[in-house]
Amino acid sequence: MSRIYDVTVIGAGIVGMSILRELTRYRLNVCCLEKMEDVAEGASKANSAIVHAGYDPIEGTKKARFNVEGNNIFADICNELDVEYKMVGSLVVAFDDYEINVLEELLQRGKRNGVKGLEIKSQEWVFENEPNLSRNIKAALFAPYSGITNPYKLTVALFENAVQNGADIIFSFEVCKIEKDGDYFVVHSADSRFIKTRVLINCAGVYADEISKLAGAKLFKIYPRRGQYYILDKPDKMPVTRVIFQVPTEKGKGILVAPTVDGNVLIGPNSEYIDDKDDTATTQKGLDEVFEKAKKVLPSLSKRDVITTFSGIRATPDNHDFIIEEDENVENFINVAGIESPGLTSSVAIGRYIAEKVSSKLNAKRNLNFNPYREDIKRFLKLSDEERVRMIKLYPSFGNIVCRCELVSEYEILEAIKRGARTIDGIKRRTRAGMGRCQGGFCLPRVIGILSRELKIDKTKITKFGKNSYILTEKRWEE
Amino acid sequence: MEKYKVVVIGGGPAGLAAALESFKILDDKKVLIIERDKFLGGILNQCIHPGFGLHYFKEELTGPEYAHRFVEQVVENRIEYLTETHVIDITPEKEIVAVNKKGLKRIKADAIVLAMGCRERTRGAIITPGTRPAGIFTAGQAQRLINIEGYRIGKKAVIVGSGDIGLIMARRLTLEGIEVKAVVEIMPYSTGLRRNIVQCLDDFGIPLLLSHKVVKIHGKYRVEGVTIAKVDSQLQEIPATERFIECDTVLFSVGLIPENELSKKAGIVLDIKTGGPVVDNTFSTSQKGIFACGNVLHVHDLVDNVTLEAQIAGRYAAIYSQHPELFENNIHVNIVAKEGIRYVVPQKLNKNFVQPFVLRFRVDNFYKDAIVTVSNAGKVLVEYKKSILTPGEMESIEISQKILSQLDFSNDIVVSLQNI
Ligand SMILES: Cc1cc2nc3c(=O)[nH]c(=O)nc-3n(C[C@H](O)[C@H](O)[C@H](O)COP(=O)(O)OP(=O)(O)OC[C@H]3O[C@@H](n4cnc5c(N)ncnc54)[C@H](O)[C@@H]3O)c2cc1C
Ligand SMILES: Cc1cc2nc3c(=O)[nH]c(=O)nc-3n(C[C@H](O)[C@H](O)[C@H](O)COP(=O)(O)OP(=O)(O)OC[C@H]3O[C@@H](n4cnc5c(N)ncnc54)[C@H](O)[C@@H]3O)c2cc1C
Repeated sequence: MSRIYDVTVIGAGIVGMSILRELTRYRLNVCCLEKMEDVAEGASKANSAIVHAGYDPIEGTKKARFNVEGNNIFADICNELDVEYKMVGSLVVAFDDYEINVLEELLQRGKRNGVKGLEIKSQEWVFENEPNLSRNIKAALFAPYSGITNPYKLTVALFENAVQNGADIIFSFEVCKIEKDGDYFVVHSADSRFIKTRVLINCAGVYADEISKLAGAKLFKIYPRRGQYYILDKPDKMPVTRVIFQVPTEKGKGILVAPTVDGNVLIGPNSEYIDDKDDTATTQKGLDEVFEKAKKVLPSLSKRDVITTFSGIRATPDNHDFIIEEDENVENFINVAGIESPGLTSSVAIGRYIAEKVSSKLNAKRNLNFNPYREDIKRFLKLSDEERVRMIKLYPSFGNIVCRCELVSEYEILEAIKRGARTIDGIKRRTRAGMGRCQGGFCLPRVIGILSRELKIDKTKITKFGKNSYILTEKRWEE
Repeated sequence: MEKYKVVVIGGGPAGLAAALESFKILDDKKVLIIERDKFLGGILNQCIHPGFGLHYFKEELTGPEYAHRFVEQVVENRIEYLTETHVIDITPEKEIVAVNKKGLKRIKADAIVLAMGCRERTRGAIITPGTRPAGIFTAGQAQRLINIEGYRIGKKAVIVGSGDIGLIMARRLTLEGIEVKAVVEIMPYSTGLRRNIVQCLDDFGIPLLLSHKVVKIHGKYRVEGVTIAKVDSQLQEIPATERFIECDTVLFSVGLIPENELSKKAGIVLDIKTGGPVVDNTFSTSQKGIFACGNVLHVHDLVDNVTLEAQIAGRYAAIYSQHPELFENNIHVNIVAKEGIRYVVPQKLNKNFVQPFVLRFRVDNFYKDAIVTVSNAGKVLVEYKKSILTPGEMESIEISQKILSQLDFSNDIVVSLQNI
């Protein structure tokens, strides 16, 4: 059996999901192919979660354009999709005269890129507004429209909304061969399934160069560049209220310290080119580097507050700009590749741009039934006691707390499963169960139990994130 | 709003003993235990190994057997309890918000006993580099999955941490047919009991690698191995001592942290060293009428000590609920940990209740031949010698009536240690 689509997206990261969702605004038969068992398994789950203002990218680049456009529409998108977004503002801090000059350059570049509200602030202003920062800071560039969001939840929300509006998604479909059959691409998976599609969009993250090659399209190279992070426990009082950057170097935007939308503190990333595109390990060297550099800005940092570490891999293209174009030689094959930072910020703007191009190319009509709204799962943690009482009356499982650190109820987990979570990590990203200070010490066995019961599969079949990531290896007796 | 004299939060051994003790004293018997799990008994329900009760019952019981003796009394006395009920808030006014499938309950207590136990430190908390595949567990998770749910969690394991829990889990995994390749301990000594090293490792030929740490976890989907290395006296990795151990499971048993999120909500002062509330010899926290005991107060090695401590907390909670005026105008003498002592509990002596009590403490390092002294106003009140002292073993000293009668109340009580 083969399915036939108008448009197919490869890769269910935030870029692929933005494009998929924007495509459902048109009367098109659209689909996404993803090699993993869930969305947001690549860079989109492991990044700094910053909605950048747009003073970083060199003017005239695609990065600059989509960053600024993305920043402008970000609040609206998060509002439509019920995803956390806080416009907290950011500071780039300078420690000496040389760095103050860089702030000036960034300010000018930002103005040329069309970023509003940029201002260089004095030392006094910095200490008054961010009293925990190092006293060695001399000045800072303030960008009021920088924000923070939840990148993997936005990816999940885009996915849910796309599916709600009629898109298909096929998981565990690792694209390994692309052929042409008349007007159609025939796209094959590693386990011998295939689909046909008129337009094919490559959003395969670090693997986008290989997909382009499979399609016989432009040859370019994506270099994996890793960044490592710490997550700190929710503090009684946030040590910083804005995103604090250091002056950027040729290696990127440098180590930042930022609040997360859930109330934790995020520190990182460093930048290192690696050989293996999948090597998301953290290293002692990398973690030490991150901690030292962050301490330079925020001297009170303590390793005692660390609850976890992780790393993400940037898809750095050889030309150092986003590659967003239909291929010169392969008609209807569109590369959306090399989407490193500010790819999260840019994703929705890229999605709109691509959807417009493709729909006009295919002469597609507007989908009048398109519903831009998606509602998040109701969170026990966020409701008032009165609302909790009401919810428990409707759904008794709302009164059963499964994750004690983040106060996640059984209802939330059931709802996540209904909406497509199949793995422990899928539940975690949708509900925060297991993301708290005990990192699933208490709730892991409970979440396994609920997944097994709801999916009607044995507990030994439950995985952390698909494939061979089994948690239990053998059943010893009946409970 | 429902009203109780004493509400105990947590139905582990601490909560059960405290509730029973309050119940004995109170005429109207208005005592309530709230437990979030399905069953009373706390962490003991998953500790199916023997070694509990040697001091309190003078016999060797398993965890569930030990807990059962208290659960039985709770049931016989018809002490009220709620299971599958999670306390989400407490206030300084001793109002409790608890939630379960039936709804949200608000309860007013005259006195509260905190007995929420502790949680485990994780791989992330000790910052272990490497990948993040499946197959990484805390000891408690593994214990629950194996002992209560009946699953095998892997084939070949490495255990990180050689405290009693790590040691006991090494034996448990072996008995379950999981090959334990090594127990890796960063310190030059194990913090576990000698008998556990013999019975859980030596008897099964499991190597204990002291002064070693896991420097990297490998594996994409499931753990494929760990790299370990030797560390120097500063606990820093010694170059070129790295070694790969193939395994599909890594078990972290690297310490427990008292679970005091609720205590913070009530504005209770915590001790940075213990991670639990600062209490006096009535086990009263800094909020009047709120008492604490068990692992929520400080992490215990033996449940027998938990029981003894909880009985005192339960007794004073009952007294408070009947006679709060006795706790008015509290004046305290501080009990301070000095050289060689990491912490002491209780941290204060209440002048309204000058009664004999047991001072429990931990030393801050491994010591051979040392004297522990308790002194006050420059005068030594008690002292005792010991050939070996380790941070892993909780120490205690009785503060008798005789000692109390010699006290100068305007000066701190100081506990310290000297090498001989
Ligand atoms: C360390 C770091 C920090 C960052 N910080 C920020 C920030 O603060 N702000 C910001 O705006 N941006 C940031 N970014 C950038 C942002 O995270 C990325 O631009 C964005 O997530 C890219 O999304 P994507 O969909 O292109 O890629 P991904 O999320 O990697 O998705 C690619 C998908 O393709 C799938 N795939 C690959 N090969 C195949 C195949 N053969 N068949 C089927 N599926 C396949 C993968 O499984 C994956 O799901 C950061 C990135 C990193 C790594
Ligand atoms: C692996 C392991 C091996 C051990 N081996 C031995 C041994 O051999 N011998 C020995 O004597 N001791 C042993 N111990 C130690 C002993 O079990 C503990 O010291 C003792 O159980 C602590 O009792 P507790 O009541 O303070 O805590 P717990 O037993 O942890 O009980 C706390 C209870 O509070 C509940 N709770 C917490 N928060 C809330 C809330 N918000 N609302 C409602 N309920 C809540 C929890 O669900 C739990 O049931 C071992 C411990 C472990 C983990």
